[in-house]
Amino acid sequence: MKDLTDRALDTASKLGATYADVRVVRRRDESISIKSGRVEGVALGETDGFGVRVLVDGAWGFAASDTLDMDEADRVGALAVRIARASATAQRRPVELDDRPPANGTYETPVEEDPFKLPLEAKIGDLMAADRAAGRVKGITFTESIYTAQREWKTFAATDGSFTEQVITGVGSGVEANAIDGDEHQRRSYPDGGGGFQAAGYEYVRAMNLVENAGRVAEEAVELLTAPQCPSGLMTVVLDPSQLYMQVHESCGHPSELDRVFGTEASYAGTSFLTPDKLDEGFMYGSELVTIVADATAPGGMGTFGWDDEGVAAQAVPLVQNGKFVGYLTSRETAPRVGRSSGGAMRADGWNRIPLIRMTNVNMLPVPGMSLDEIVADTDDGLYLQTNRSWSIDDRRLNFQFATEVAYEIKNGRKGRIFKNPTYTGITYEFWRSCDAVGDDRSFVMLGTPNCGKGEPSQTARVGHAVPGARFRNVRVGVGKW
Amino acid sequence: MVGETPGTSAPGRRVGSDDPPAALALAEEVLERATRVGATEAEVLVVAGDSALTRFANSEIHQNVAERSLSVNLRYVVGRRIAVVSTGKVDADGLRTLVHRAAAIARSCEELEDWAGLPAAAGDDVIGGSVVAWSDATAGATPELRAEGVRAVIAAATSAGVEAYGSFSTDAESVAVANSAGVRAAERRTASQLLTVQMSPDGGTGYAEAVSMDATTIDAAAIGREAATKARASDNPVSIDAGDYPVVLEEYAVGDITDMLGYTGFSALAVQEERSFFEPGRRIGSDLVTMIDDGFDPAGLPASFDYEGVAKQRVSLVEAGVCQEVVYDSQTAARAGRVSTGHGLPAPNPYGPFPLNAVMAAGSTPRDALIGGLDRGLLITRFHYTNVVHPKLAIITGMTRDGTFLVEGGKIVGPVRNLRYTQSYLDALAGVSAVSSSRKTIRGFLGAAVVPALRIDGWTFTGITEH
Repeated sequence: MKDLTDRALDTASKLGATYADVRVVRRRDESISIKSGRVEGVALGETDGFGVRVLVDGAWGFAASDTLDMDEADRVGALAVRIARASATAQRRPVELDDRPPANGTYETPVEEDPFKLPLEAKIGDLMAADRAAGRVKGITFTESIYTAQREWKTFAATDGSFTEQVITGVGSGVEANAIDGDEHQRRSYPDGGGGFQAAGYEYVRAMNLVENAGRVAEEAVELLTAPQCPSGLMTVVLDPSQLYMQVHESCGHPSELDRVFGTEASYAGTSFLTPDKLDEGFMYGSELVTIVADATAPGGMGTFGWDDEGVAAQAVPLVQNGKFVGYLTSRETAPRVGRSSGGAMRADGWNRIPLIRMTNVNMLPVPGMSLDEIVADTDDGLYLQTNRSWSIDDRRLNFQFATEVAYEIKNGRKGRIFKNPTYTGITYEFWRSCDAVGDDRSFVMLGTPNCGKGEPSQTARVGHAVPGARFRNVRVGVGKW
Repeated sequence: MVGETPGTSAPGRRVGSDDPPAALALAEEVLERATRVGATEAEVLVVAGDSALTRFANSEIHQNVAERSLSVNLRYVVGRRIAVVSTGKVDADGLRTLVHRAAAIARSCEELEDWAGLPAAAGDDVIGGSVVAWSDATAGATPELRAEGVRAVIAAATSAGVEAYGSFSTDAESVAVANSAGVRAAERRTASQLLTVQMSPDGGTGYAEAVSMDATTIDAAAIGREAATKARASDNPVSIDAGDYPVVLEEYAVGDITDMLGYTGFSALAVQEERSFFEPGRRIGSDLVTMIDDGFDPAGLPASFDYEGVAKQRVSLVEAGVCQEVVYDSQTAARAGRVSTGHGLPAPNPYGPFPLNAVMAAGSTPRDALIGGLDRGLLITRFHYTNVVHPKLAIITGMTRDGTFLVEGGKIVGPVRNLRYTQSYLDALAGVSAVSSSRKTIRGFLGAAVVPALRIDGWTFTGITEH
């Protein structure tokens, strides 16, 4: 492989690149989809190729190909340089990269039970058992269960002498029960809408206990059909980790991406309210109980790796410390603009995409003192919201609205009846400042999403979020009319 | 390390994005290999593409990329056991591995009891080329051409004292499908899109977009001027209360309605799973609302066939406000005792068929006259980050973005800060009181929609933001 990476880098350098890097990526995906007890899809995909990123006259160029031969290394290296020269015709500020030592070494996701070595029949059997457990519940209209595994072999080389090799493995699985009656469509999922995911082997899927939980959520989906509508008004809410992680994702993770802050996503999902002046002034993002860290070293996180896709070592970067905004997700290009070094958050979706600043594992740290159950016991009147169902946030990451699959009424410290169609909305920093209780490590779990979208052309990232549960006061719930 | 990174290889087989016969030949070769190793049915989808995108922000190019790719997607069937395997490796070893993996997976699968078989050929001809879907100019677009377009957008922004952000993409692909039931389809297609958000130092933002099969028909300077003018017009927005307002939606916002209704309702799978609002004969819109899916409309991004190689049909979705039909792929059609309308996506496809080419009928109201019908309402340029709150009622939440204006007495009073809405798109269609006589082409989830601007009597805004 080094012959190809050397060739691409040499070609780019000879044609004028002052810096170049190349990633060779092979990705294997396996998926199983079951609907209402029918195996609807079993798929195996494999793709490999390489991408060359160059700096010429301070401007970026990138080209990629799925043909791994020397002629193509020359063509792609030369095309990247030509593209960079075109970029330079509309550029104001030449790109400058921070210093970092050349990266060398290997990294591999710890895996106990290799998901790709396990017989397919066994994986189908496990998933089918869970799907059928949900489907057996009277009143269920349809069930949908998924399993996926992905392994990515990645070689990175750069003109500064960096050369790393990594193997990243991730798995995910989940079951979803749908109950429909007239205009009412209720869904309950386990462990999360769309499944639970970690960087791990099949041991993670076994630990989910899908079969044991599938019937429980299916019964709840049916129960929701006749449950009262979620009330409207200002209320106390306790967010289960299965919703809190999405709140962190949308209202802290994305606005902390420094490329977004500098406007490079403005034409797609927008910019960020977390402008650099807020870093300088010590902006209070949340209450003192709120501490959020981007940690690319967290065990099991889908954003865990050895080096990011420009050769910066994995690290833990504080974003919010005791409520104060203290840091960004950064790259070698953006970090110096706020007086820092890269925090190692550049990630690309496969061989054919350029790295962007992406979340790694953006984790909300637990606070010693109360478990999630004890937080509920400490709440006189409120709602316990579980499992994200939909999400939306404005183009500066301020006004958000989420829906969850279920709300449990909290009265006098006890969870009681359920409400259907719960929603809540707010302004990001007002919401986080209203946080007055955070669960301890007894409710701290690693969750995440396998399909975080960003960029043009679009890229999908696998992102981790380890979170506890937390309580928020005076939250507007029950949005909309129906 | 588990396994190895891929090794280099001798120069191998390439299929050009401009060469449908080569793509079809590759599909037929894989089909023959699959049959030889025991497939009772098989379908091969080949997509060979060249894509490039130049992205700009703060009035400079900051990202500029190009890629060449080739994918082979094999749906392999033994009896009623089905596997799907894809690869980008098309040398002899790669194809041999592909079919043997597919055979092994299929043997491991449970039977799909209601498997209806792959779609059968309607005749001996190769489907494809019945629409003009290709532009040499788009396929041959260079980094320099895209940079020239970007500079024109930036120049318009600079003239208005605003900053330009956006992207200019050009894509070319050959698509071919061959299956064991005789289907042969091959076609080359191009697409280009230029979009820009422009931001003023005084808080205004504007948006403009052009989508075309032919990149040279996109007037970059005009797109730049449209967004710059909107950005300046929306300077210093004021906050207004959330609540119910009549609205005029520009085409960019209407494109979200066609996308979301396609996703939540106009798919045969959504109907069969009882999660759709759709019922034949149900009234969901005013008399002014007519929608079809038309893969042949030259204003959109045309295609002759779907990803199962089935010829596309024009499908009437809504006629004068009343639900007519939904779109089908081969499996949903078989369950319903129908024939596929040519709306299948690549296998495996748990999402079902999708209307990729939504077209909403134009009305009789001049576009600029739409706001004349508002006593007090809002003019909305586009929506942002929309998501489903209640699927069967098609209740969607999202934000306004890049130009929201208060209208009083039929005239624009001034810009307002963005608002959140939580609104049933079905109720919105029922409230359509005027439709513009002109339309625009808008890039959608997966395809492109051709839509007019709409005046709607009521829209429920449920929150405000700070900009």
